[in-house]
This record gives sequence, C-alpha cells and structure tokens, in this order.
Amino acid sequence: MEVSGFVTGAATREAFGRALRELGSEDPDLVVVDADLGNSTRTELFARAFPERSFNVGIAESNLVGVAGGLAACGKKPWIASFAVFLTANAYDQLRMSIALPHLNVKCVGTHGGITPGEDGPSQMGVEDIALATALAGFHVFVPADAVQTRAVVRAAARIDGPVYIRCGRPSAPLVYPLGCDFRPGKAIRLRQGTDITLATNGVMLALALKAAWMLEEEGVSARVLDLASVKPVDEDALESAARETGALVVAEEHLSHGGLGSIVAQVLARRCPVPVGFVNLGDTYARSGKPAELLEAYGLTAEDIAARAREVLRRK
Amino acid sequence: MELEKLQDKARLLRRHIIEMTSAAGSGHPSSSLSAVEVVVGLYFGGIIRHDPHRPWWPDRDRFILSKGHAAPVLYAALAEAGYFPASELETLRRNGSPLEGHPRMREVPGVEASTGSLGQGLSIGVGHALAARLDGRGYHVYVMIGDGENDEGQVWEAALSAAKYHLANLTCIVDHNGYQQTGPVAEVMPLAPLAEKWRAFGWQAREIDGHALSQVLDALRAARDAHGQPMVILARTVKGKGVSFVEADYAYHGKALTPEEAERALEELGWR
Repeated sequence: MEVSGFVTGAATREAFGRALRELGSEDPDLVVVDADLGNSTRTELFARAFPERSFNVGIAESNLVGVAGGLAACGKKPWIASFAVFLTANAYDQLRMSIALPHLNVKCVGTHGGITPGEDGPSQMGVEDIALATALAGFHVFVPADAVQTRAVVRAAARIDGPVYIRCGRPSAPLVYPLGCDFRPGKAIRLRQGTDITLATNGVMLALALKAAWMLEEEGVSARVLDLASVKPVDEDALESAARETGALVVAEEHLSHGGLGSIVAQVLARRCPVPVGFVNLGDTYARSGKPAELLEAYGLTAEDIAARAREVLRRK
Repeated sequence: MELEKLQDKARLLRRHIIEMTSAAGSGHPSSSLSAVEVVVGLYFGGIIRHDPHRPWWPDRDRFILSKGHAAPVLYAALAEAGYFPASELETLRRNGSPLEGHPRMREVPGVEASTGSLGQGLSIGVGHALAARLDGRGYHVYVMIGDGENDEGQVWEAALSAAKYHLANLTCIVDHNGYQQTGPVAEVMPLAPLAEKWRAFGWQAREIDGHALSQVLDALRAARDAHGQPMVILARTVKGKGVSFVEADYAYHGKALTPEEAERALEELGWR
C-alpha cells in the first residue's frame, strides 16, 4: 500500500516471516505451529528452513493454541500464527486457558490485522484483535508499523519469557523507519516533536498520522507524533508528558471503536492527566470488500481524517 | 502393587474425594468417583514414571486431567503419591489454597495443565508429545477426558493432529460414565458408536470396564507400549461409583454431599 511521502516497504507479515526464520537459526528451541495459513502468515519461510521444527495442525485454531501451550509447558518456544481474527476470535478461550492463565511462553502472531486485508472482506479482517489480546492477563501486545520495526518487535518478543501477541498487516507497508528502529516493550517512540496536540497511533496509521502532522504544520499547528507500537504495556509516562505538554490528543487505530488503543489511552489519561481526546477508528461497524486505500477512505481512516479530528479536538482545548 | 492393595488405594481415594468436597461444600464428587480406578492404575499401578520429589523432572510421564472438574481425584492421588501432605486436601476450594476448584498448572506440584474449560487437554497433550519427540525424550503422555467432553470440537481437532503425527506416546482415556451436566450422554448428544469414531480418526481404541483394575492396568500397559498410532481407552464407568445413592441420581453432578450424606457414603465404603 502506497502512502505519499514514504517509500513502500515489505508487508509486516513478510518481515515477520523473515525475522522468524532468522530467530530459528539462532535458537534451536524455537518451534512454529500453523493452522494451514503458512503461505499467508509467511511462517512458511521458517517451515522451509526448519521442517523438523514446524507443525501444521490443519484448519484448527483451537488445537493450534492448545498444542502450543503443551509445547511451551515442556520448555519449547512456540510461535503460532494465523489471521488476526481467527487466532484471537476463534481460539479465544484457548488463548485464555492454555496460555494466559498458566502464563506460558507462547508468541502469537495475527496477520491480516485491520481493514487493509481489503478485497477479502470483513470475515478476514482482524478489527477486534487488540481488544481481545490486551484483555488476556499477562499478555504483551505489539503492533509494528513497517518491515523494519517488525523485525525489532519480533526480536524483542523473543526475549520476553511469557505470552505475546503481535499484529501484522497484509499489504506492503510504508517505511516509517528506513534507518532502523529501537523498539522497546513499554516505550513509546516520539517520531515528531510538537507542542499543540499529540497524534498517538501505531501500525498502518503511523505513516498517515505523520502525514496529518505535516498538513497541520502548514496550518500553524505543531503536532507531536507518538508511535505506540507497544500497546501493552503502554508507555504511560510518554502519554502523561504528551497530555501535559501538548494539552490534547488524537488516537488513531485500524480497529473497532471499543477496547483498542483508544480505550487504553483514554484510561491512562483519565488517571494521569485528563485532557481533550479525539478518536479515529472504524467505529462500531464492519468494513466491506474493497482496495485497502479505498477502504481507509470510506471508513474515515486517512491522514485527512486524522487532521480533521485534530482540529476538532483543538477547539475543545 | 498387588490388585488388593490397589483396591485399598481406590477406597482411600474415594474417602478423600467425599471428605474434601463435603468439607468444601461444593465440587464434583460424582465425576471424580467414576475416574478413581483409572487414576489409581496410573499412579499406583506402575504405569506413570514420576518422582514426587522432582515434580517437573523433564523425563516424567505426564497425566493431564482435561475433565478438570474431577480435580478432587487428581489431588487425592497426588497427595497419596507424596506430592504434598494429605492433610492439605481439606483446604480444597478455599481462598489461598493451591487446590482450586479446577486444576491450575504450576500452582500444585504434579498438575500439568490448567483445565476446567472442557476440550483443551488433549491439544495440550499433543504439544507435550511433540515436545518429547523434538527433545528425544521417552516420556508418555496420558490425557483423561470426560465422555460429554467428546461434544467439544477441539477434541477431534486434537485427535486428527495426534494421528497425523503418529503420536504413539500419547494416550487418551475417556471416563465414559454415561452422564453429563444435564442428563445422559445418549440423550444430550449421542456419541455412539464412540470407539468407531476414534478409530475413524486414526486411533487405536480399546473398551474396558473402567472399574476393573486388572482391565485398567492391561489397557494402560497396552497404550503405553503402543506403536504407530496413539490409543484411546474407553473406560466404561459409573458416575458416583461406590456410593449407591449418588450412582442412582445424576442430579448429584456438581454437588457436594451434605455431612449426613457423606457419613452414609463413608459407611458404604467401609470407613465407618
């Protein structure tokens, strides 16, 4: 997917597959379990390199998660992947019982997050995965924006001895971090300084938020941009500073309106520093089939939408 | 252990089950009572290789109680096997006790999985069995499910994957007591012919009287020594086995006996 002003890089799912293959050569305990989507989730890169440590349990997400729990209980380091919606919504109780409750070291990757799966339509779109994943006690939840950050996120996740959910996207992603990314769990990345308002976001929306900041700049509005790739734990200090120093926020996400990044940020700000906040998200509806860029426009998830929301919030300051 | 001593052990486990659930005032004694002989066979009949002093010994055989509501039978067996003192059993279901209403992994030595949401234990067992293969370890994985648990689609997902990977180091035991929460299995969701279903999914299947210890031991040995494909043991059992008035009324599912009923039950079992 192209965003003007950015070089288009690989899809985050592709970067995930490459990073996983790289990790596989470093750690012999790393195993991958798939539910027959390896060519889409890109775990097939690992499977080709390490067939003896790769298992395909068929189209069976519940079993996928349970098998990973058993492997982790024995000290293996399983990574599982499916489409975000199938992994979280189809196998939720298994994530809860077989991984979260015993706090097992399983890495869960949902690809095809958000509405940018596009033409395949709403059945394939993970638009509630962040709400579901963050509700799992003890889980870390990360949403990388581009191929470079995805590699950093995958490597950081591998160092965590506990459950992690990572959302990746289907289409090629604009490169926000062409020069590298220092991703740390629990730390926001301030991509742009600003004093009037803060645009807090992650994933595909990050490039669009930067574009929105450039638009606002032309109007004399100085917008800070925070990358919240670490959704859980979220960087509460960075959010409090943003609220104190800029006095208003917009949270943009490729997700339904309830339970995602917007809810998390609102909770932190309510506790630490209440300021006017606006939200850019899918709302309370499912998207339709269409090209990714068309859908972002149709459902109000463009740079223009972020800038418009920022203007509205600024009036409430 | 001789059969007679195993029978004594079974009688002792039944006593623990009744006493701890009655003390707790809740729990599933009848679903625990039906599983006693299989659990006795596993822990005291020389089937499971384990060491209570090293509960997480990597080469131990695993027992995963997927029908987690039968936790009392597992706790009783673990206590009698020496994992923790039997005096702790009376803390069942109390705030602060590791002996929760359903088993919780890592909270209790010897509890291999967090169960209680039916259908998940066999998948976890597949993971353990694959890990044994990856690590070149010779341990065997035993998973007990309820018969009503066969309603869960995940059981069959797990069964397919165990057959695909030829996990002969995995055994599934169905505690086939014929009843689930609201009525007879045959009415709630007919499963027959159950052995044929498992065979069609690529498993070896064996049907036994789940209260006849000699049959239980023979089947468990055969499953442990299975080649090629995993084995399922359909253990025909009686819900509430050993206590006549519980056997006669499935409405005892999920109910502890009152102190008076517990006295009657212990009398029937020869403890009074």
